[in-house]
Parts: sequence; structure tokens; C-alpha cells
Amino acid sequence: MTKLIYFAWVRERIGKTEEDIDLPAEVKTVRDLLLWLKSRGEEFESALQHPEVIRVAINQEHVDHREAVAGAREIALFPPMTGG
Amino acid sequence: MSAAVVPMVRIQAADFDVAAEIARLTQGRADVGAVVTFTGLCRDEAGTLSALELEHYPGMAEAEIARIASEAIERWPLAGITAIHRFGRIRPGENIVLVVAASTHRQAAFEAASFLMDYLKSRAPFWKKEHRIDGSEGGWVDAKESDEIAAARWAGR
Repeated sequence: MTKLIYFAWVRERIGKTEEDIDLPAEVKTVRDLLLWLKSRGEEFESALQHPEVIRVAINQEHVDHREAVAGAREIALFPPMTGG
Repeated sequence: MSAAVVPMVRIQAADFDVAAEIARLTQGRADVGAVVTFTGLCRDEAGTLSALELEHYPGMAEAEIARIASEAIERWPLAGITAIHRFGRIRPGENIVLVVAASTHRQAAFEAASFLMDYLKSRAPFWKKEHRIDGSEGGWVDAKESDEIAAARWAGR
């Protein structure tokens, strides 16, 4: 099981804060994950319509979209950050 | 200067006391010749903002800012470095973020504080949502390309 966590407008559009999920075997990279999630329904389609803008952290560290998801305990999806 | 400088990073809803945070880095030592502080405030230029709501990723927010602060410690001879970032509802005029950098000389303190802020803006997992005075939601604040460029200027140095 992998915990997926969503923040800001990604969270609002998906309509949930987090979920535990068994990732299908064909989901190997972050990019695969974003495309697979996008096919899970209207909410996901709306949140991830431009997957290239989504930032991703695996186990609380930033990764790029080519990163492998194997062994990830926690994967977070969020928009570009606006702190400070 | 001490070899083992540990950054102080706090993520909190409460406000912070700038003077107290400076004192924390300078008290009981005589080798600090420069302290630079940066305070970021919630601003409302248009007169329409009721508050900003700051969402964050608990755990990663602390970890990411600590990673950036540790890099600052590697790059500059610092006596200490502190970063405090608030979350929750923050009204115009209130504090959002504080960076304090202490060193023997001013250049290291200025540069380390600037570096930490530039990276924090584009890498620390915080998101701002606007709430307007008329009660409507102003939506999520867009990330600025200028912030990415500000962070990138440190990369080749």
C-alpha cells in the first residue's frame, strides 16, 4: 500500500486529503502515476489535466516525473509552492 | 566558528518574536559580528484581502527548510541560522516568515538569509489561498516565475 496525499487545489479538485492505494504494476514512474490517476474519474481528470505542472514528493522529498515509485511509502501531489 | 551549527526550523501557527529569535543566536557568545533578519508579511495592496490561508505539508515543510538551511551552513561560515514559517489564517500586516542568519561578518549573513528565502519560496511545501473582504474566496495564489529565477541564480555559485 502506498499513501497518496494531496494539497491545495489538487486536494480541492480531487475532493480528498489522502488515500491508501495499491498501485498497479504498470505504474513505474511518477509520470505513469499521474497519467493513471488522471483516468480514475472526473475529479482526478480535473486536478491532473496538466500533469506537467504537478509537483511530486516521495517520502517527503521533491522528485521529478521520471523518478521510480517502487518502494514509496508516501507520495504527495501538489501545485507549485507559494510559501514565504 | 563552531563546526556543528544546527539550523533551527519551526513551523507554527503562532506569531514569532524577532528580537527573541535574534537573542537566541547571539546570547552567551562574543564571536557574532553580524545578524541579518528577513521578515515576510501578509500584504494587501488592493485593499480587498481579508486573510491568507497558508496550507502546508506537515513533516516535509520542516524537513525541506532544514535541508535548505543545512546547505546554507555548508556554503557560508555561519554562527547560526533560524527559519520560522507560520501556517493557518494570517491577516494583512501580520508576519508569515522569519529568517535569521548570524555570522562573524555581514556578507555571509546577508547572502545566507537571501539564499534561504529564495529556495524556501520555490521549494518549501506551503500554499497560499486568498480570502476576500467581501466574503468570497480569492483562489489559490499562483507561483511566480521570478521566484524560480531567484532560486536558480544560486545554482552556479
